[in-house]
Amino acid sequence: MSAWPRLGGTEIDTGRSLTFRFDGTPLAGHPGDTVASALLGTGVRIIGRSFKYHRPRGVWGIGVEEPNAIVDIAQGKRRMPNCLATTTRLVEGMEIESVQGTQSARRNRWSLLDRVARFIPAAFYYKTFMWPDWHFYEPRIRALAGLGRMDAEAGREPLAAHRSAQSEVLIIGAGPAGLSAAVTAAERGEAVWLVDYRDRPGGSLVDSGQAVLGQPGTVWADEMLRRYLAAGGRYLSCATALGIADHRLVWISAEEAGGPETLWKLRAGRIVLAPGAFERPLTFADNDRPGIMSAHAALGYLTRFGVRVGKHVALLSGHPSAERTAAALVQAGADVTRLEPYEEPVEAVSWSGGLNGLRTARRKIDCDAILVAGGWTPSVHLHRQAGGKIDWSEDAQAFLPRTGLERVRSAGAASGLQDLNAAIRSGQAAGEDRDEPAPASYQTALWPDPRRKGRQWVDLQNDVTVSDIALAVRENFSSVEHLKRYTTLGMASDQGKTSNMAGLACLAQITGQTIPETGTTTFRPPCRPVSFTTIAGPRLGPLFSAPKRLELEARHLDADAELRGYGGWLRPAFYRTEPAEEEAAAVHREARTARETVALYDGSPLGKIEVLGPDAEAFVEFVYYNTMRTLAPGRVRYGFMLTEGGAVFDDGVLLRMAPDRFVVSCSSSHVEAVARHLDIWRQDRFDPDRVHVQDTTDGWATLTLTGPRARQALLRLDLGIDLGDQQVPHMSHTVLPGGALRLARVSFTGDRSYELTVPSPDAPLFWDRLSEAVAAEGGAPMGLEALMILRAEKGLILVGKDTDGATMPHDLGFGGPRDRKTGEYVGKRSLFTEEANRRDRHALVGLSVEGAPLAPGAHIVEQAGSTRSSIGFVTSSYRSPWLDRPIALALIRQGRERSGSNVELVHLGQARQATVVSPCAFDPDWSRLNA
Amino acid sequence: MQLFPCRLCGLRPETEFRYLSEAGTDRPEPSDNVSAAEWSAYLHTERNPRGPAREIWCHVPCGTISIIERDTATGAVSGATDPRAAP
Repeated sequence: MSAWPRLGGTEIDTGRSLTFRFDGTPLAGHPGDTVASALLGTGVRIIGRSFKYHRPRGVWGIGVEEPNAIVDIAQGKRRMPNCLATTTRLVEGMEIESVQGTQSARRNRWSLLDRVARFIPAAFYYKTFMWPDWHFYEPRIRALAGLGRMDAEAGREPLAAHRSAQSEVLIIGAGPAGLSAAVTAAERGEAVWLVDYRDRPGGSLVDSGQAVLGQPGTVWADEMLRRYLAAGGRYLSCATALGIADHRLVWISAEEAGGPETLWKLRAGRIVLAPGAFERPLTFADNDRPGIMSAHAALGYLTRFGVRVGKHVALLSGHPSAERTAAALVQAGADVTRLEPYEEPVEAVSWSGGLNGLRTARRKIDCDAILVAGGWTPSVHLHRQAGGKIDWSEDAQAFLPRTGLERVRSAGAASGLQDLNAAIRSGQAAGEDRDEPAPASYQTALWPDPRRKGRQWVDLQNDVTVSDIALAVRENFSSVEHLKRYTTLGMASDQGKTSNMAGLACLAQITGQTIPETGTTTFRPPCRPVSFTTIAGPRLGPLFSAPKRLELEARHLDADAELRGYGGWLRPAFYRTEPAEEEAAAVHREARTARETVALYDGSPLGKIEVLGPDAEAFVEFVYYNTMRTLAPGRVRYGFMLTEGGAVFDDGVLLRMAPDRFVVSCSSSHVEAVARHLDIWRQDRFDPDRVHVQDTTDGWATLTLTGPRARQALLRLDLGIDLGDQQVPHMSHTVLPGGALRLARVSFTGDRSYELTVPSPDAPLFWDRLSEAVAAEGGAPMGLEALMILRAEKGLILVGKDTDGATMPHDLGFGGPRDRKTGEYVGKRSLFTEEANRRDRHALVGLSVEGAPLAPGAHIVEQAGSTRSSIGFVTSSYRSPWLDRPIALALIRQGRERSGSNVELVHLGQARQATVVSPCAFDPDWSRLNA
Repeated sequence: MQLFPCRLCGLRPETEFRYLSEAGTDRPEPSDNVSAAEWSAYLHTERNPRGPAREIWCHVPCGTISIIERDTATGAVSGATDPRAAP
């Protein structure tokens, strides 16, 4: 393949070369080249293979509208799939690979798919690969379809930053209209941001070199940018506005040269949309052949990069803008044959490994390039995303943005103005935040003709032809949204920038409707492809859902703790006494130690929500299911909070510190939700000046001693508290003078326990003292896994694990307050509904089983005739080292009435037998609390 | 993403807010005298209007609840008021 001599261009340095490889072949370009211009400049015409039929495809456009020229690029260690060749600058040493080219873009072993194309039309896969099911075929079909190859290493480390900003004015697009708006707004003194996907200002002027006010377009653009920056404006180049969300939140992906990618979330006071327009293709048989491209793009390759896309050029001149291309190519030594596509449509394209001619009804033309000027489609994506409406203009043969959208205006070619002066005036008006009505430019209707023969391509990226659209209509997928899904028209990564209008005009003709009757599909963000790593930003790995950390984490690690996430906290699961100790052995050792002597565990995440004020008593009485107003200062009571629907929302103990002060000790994983629940009820129902709710959990550490020797261990600290069971009985608390230590006797294990709460800064030294005392009594620190076993042995529940969204307190054996509490409380009425009184409610029970522990989640099943149905499920299950047998908790329909009976369980196809027992498997008379 | 007003913090992103209920719903009490239908309506029935709406939202970071008046059709948001001051 021979290269054309490169002529000088506005963006390249022909004095220097850059080397790169395309599908392994070493090639050279110049600094300033894009990947597309470098490939075209070396004579490469086939850049990739199409999505479905593996047809050879080349470059169509010169910007973000490009449907074909997508490549994978490896550069150093980084590999980026699906890069747009038209907007990616060439870098020394780039490894460029065609997508879908299993060997190379030119030779492709799947290209025979194209020969059988008539047998695989739209929706072929849906209709054919149904037996035995789609998933049987999917891997093989996926290997054939699709575009670039993912880098398995990508996404392991953050590649993009996320930043938020605000501006008074945001201008999207730095073409003639956008620059005019930017200068006008900035010189009025407004804080303005200007974003454009190109790395230089000027928009279409960059490609066309068209003169403005007697100056070359790019010179005018540079001068406008200088004025804009001098007026204090902010300019982001290489920055694409991907979408507009509610209330003018615009997300912008910006790549600064050599720097990391940034995803900006910009909140704009008002927005000027000046993204321009895309040149339309024309639809004729084999119009997808490499060498057929946008006339404007061909002008751009010549102006910017000195690349002449053909020597013998056929120009399908459907729009006056084609004249600039013709003049420039003639000047560059090409011969140009003009055709008027409305009068002389192309009937066939001649291709044999390369483009070599076309035929019309009147004549044959030999050519190596066919340039297409089909008119312009205003880019209304962002206008639609901002909530704007569009109106069909018969004169302009285009959908135009309807004015009147709050604080969002369109200007320039995006509003149908192709005349340069009109575009500049509309930009100035938009910069001043006013409308300047101007008629959109006239365009000839040049839409697909379904009666013509041959394979006429509408969507190059997703391989959709006119006959696919006709097929969809025949099968009654004739609404534009159905058509899109049936044929995948416009669903590729180019979002149908060049195909949607032709597709719906074609649909309109086939269905006999007008284009506005046919309507458009929804314009969804992002309006150009964006990588998942950009959207994820820094929220990867440990930052994806950052756990809360304990004050004592370093102490736990010193004690060889294995840390795991529990309810959003990173907590010790267990501690190893030697490096090789297995998890099960360590957990069982800790659980036995807690029953034999004493264990120390870090319960700091336990809720510590203060409720204060003269109305605090009435408040806790209302938010708790249990009667709390009778709780005496110094005492502790266990209770439930319910939702208004009567379901158990949280369980825990309430400490009464004083007549007007309580501490809510709610579940560790649930503190924020409980604090919010309380604060909402406080504001909704109480006088916020008379009761206050404050979550103090973060300020305190809670260390718990549990086991028969817990008291002896605590005595070793010599705290000056009388630990007699008369002075500090079970379910009481006391505070050290000065308030630096709170001691509560509550038990989550069934053994004598002391919960010691100290200010977080005091925690490390206090932990050291407790560890020493515990060791002296033969005890050890204990992680959460052992604690889970101990509480399950006692039948003590975890809300959300042993309950579900329907569990009411009487299902858990706590029906007392429901029967007796007279006052109003959250959820009360729901406990007396038909539903709450159903006799077959799921109730909490224990299960006794031989052999291995049951699987949590295993279903308890009942056989009724030939059908087997679930009557409940296992919620918690462990092997109890102390009892030396499995224990389990379960929610079972009419569970308590089944006590003593055998039930059948099924889990993953395996059947087990178990006996329904009391949830409390150990020390049923709670004698060990005071042992 | 919409901007909602908090009467303490001003305009903030809607993701910082938690929806509570439509404004103007009274909790039927005392429970002993509330019919199942009344209670069910209180728990489950919302008007869910297209157009102007008055709703109670909680601004989670500061915990303040406000009545927010907004238009669910246009996305226009007006002020935030104290539910206790509401008529």
